[in-house]
Amino acid sequence: MPISPSTADRAAPSRRTADAILTVGNIDMRFETPDGTLVAVDDVSFTVAPGEFLSVIGPSGCGKSTLFNVIGGLLGGYQGRVTVAGETITGPHASIGMVFQEESTFPWRTVTDNVAFPLELIGMPKQKRIERARHFIRLVGLDGFENRYPGELSGGMRQRVSLARTLASEPKILLMDEPFAALDEQTRLLLGDKVLQIQQDLKQTTLLITHNITEAVQMSDRILVMTYRPGKVKRIVDIDLPRPRTSEIVGSEAFGRYVAQIWADLREEASRGMQDDESRALHPGGARP
Amino acid sequence: MNTLAIARIHRAAPLIGLLVVVVFIVLIEFLIRIGIVNRFIVPPPSEIIGSFKRVIVEEDIIHRFFVTATECLTAGVMLTVFGVAGGVLLHRFKLLQQATETWIAAMASAPTVLMYPLFLVIFGRSAWTMIMMGFVAALPPVILKTLEGLSSTRRVLIDVGRSFNLTPTQQFWKILFPAAMPTIFVGIRLGLIFALINIVGVEFLINFGGLGALINDLAERYDLAGTYASICFVILVSVLFFMGLEKVERWLRPFE
Repeated sequence: MPISPSTADRAAPSRRTADAILTVGNIDMRFETPDGTLVAVDDVSFTVAPGEFLSVIGPSGCGKSTLFNVIGGLLGGYQGRVTVAGETITGPHASIGMVFQEESTFPWRTVTDNVAFPLELIGMPKQKRIERARHFIRLVGLDGFENRYPGELSGGMRQRVSLARTLASEPKILLMDEPFAALDEQTRLLLGDKVLQIQQDLKQTTLLITHNITEAVQMSDRILVMTYRPGKVKRIVDIDLPRPRTSEIVGSEAFGRYVAQIWADLREEASRGMQDDESRALHPGGARP
Repeated sequence: MNTLAIARIHRAAPLIGLLVVVVFIVLIEFLIRIGIVNRFIVPPPSEIIGSFKRVIVEEDIIHRFFVTATECLTAGVMLTVFGVAGGVLLHRFKLLQQATETWIAAMASAPTVLMYPLFLVIFGRSAWTMIMMGFVAALPPVILKTLEGLSSTRRVLIDVGRSFNLTPTQQFWKILFPAAMPTIFVGIRLGLIFALINIVGVEFLINFGGLGALINDLAERYDLAGTYASICFVILVSVLFFMGLEKVERWLRPFE
């Protein structure tokens, strides 16, 4: 059955605001640089409904990571408001679990101890937290590696440990910043399957920051496309593909159409980014033509 | 490289290391016997080995060995405690770091052993002079390496801690300190080398205490074989300390 891509306009988030678990309202983030004020994120607003998988996609330099840090409460000094279930975020919040782009496991802890880390922080008794940690280790498919150290695991396995550690804190919202960026394409697709399966099983509200179109279409209910500097919402695309999904969907016709549509949106922005980079390389520190 | 080849290298490495030492000793013995190296400057290794029994029985070297080892251990414990604490303080207070880091780095390369008369005046002709000389000389590398370890903790690990809402104390004990451990151990190792050199050096200079004083005695008696045999015991102290440190490191960092 052919499924046609549908595009929601920028007013779409407001329809979801009533039942939203995460609301990002008019976020504006500026940095002072030697070349003047850099507007990293400009008036970005969107909402995420409970259980929804939303991806934010954009070219390098569009402020995706800034947005990740703002929503995660790691970055202050912005204008606008981020709320989780109606509560305004002023710093890191227990309801938001973050998975980082860089490898972020603790090399001095075993897989179990890494995953049990957030449980240790809340003072859960040792035996209980080991049992809970093992549950999440199984969930990410790492049973048998409980007593290994991250140094003994592959990059993909370490990212799964990070994911399990974040899931162990049972966040209301899972916030991921290009978690598969450092992995090869096959591992990326397979890990995407794993994340999809977990997200569907746990009905986990997820916000994924990525620059990978395939990854975004494979996993998302909606995709927010950002413009190159300043980072604004260019378009929000509803992904009307059947669930449960796996990476097999990558070969479908509808998938291809979504990828083409998002690439058409991104292409212009990515070209602008490339031109900007070239211009800066030619005129370092000087006025741009 | 496959696992079998790595295991073979692991087995062969100590044997090759030992073989290099044996070849070196045989070579020196040979060069002395054929007259290329003067036996009145460097005694033949066979004579040094032969004098071991004499220095053990007649010179009470075991007792002196323990005196030097105890001084090193005391200085090692002190420099670990104060050096690591100093590094942590410098990391915590940026103003303090900026104001003192250059001086501490300069101290690390200064010949502090020349300050021994001052230490003699302060601590008298006692073991504390050696301990404090070793401690002062070895403190800068431990402070600097602790600071380096804490400062070079990967940003993402700190962000993980922040995302879990860690308090500053939790952030330090659960992330910063364990992440800095490998570099701190490098500092402690360097510190122990500095401490041992200075302790034996001052024992030699003031002719008091353990192995350094014995080396001085034997050198003044022109007992070259005995002098070199005592130097072997100094090396033994160093080897024992490093083996002990390696054990502690493996216990604290089983993932390495």
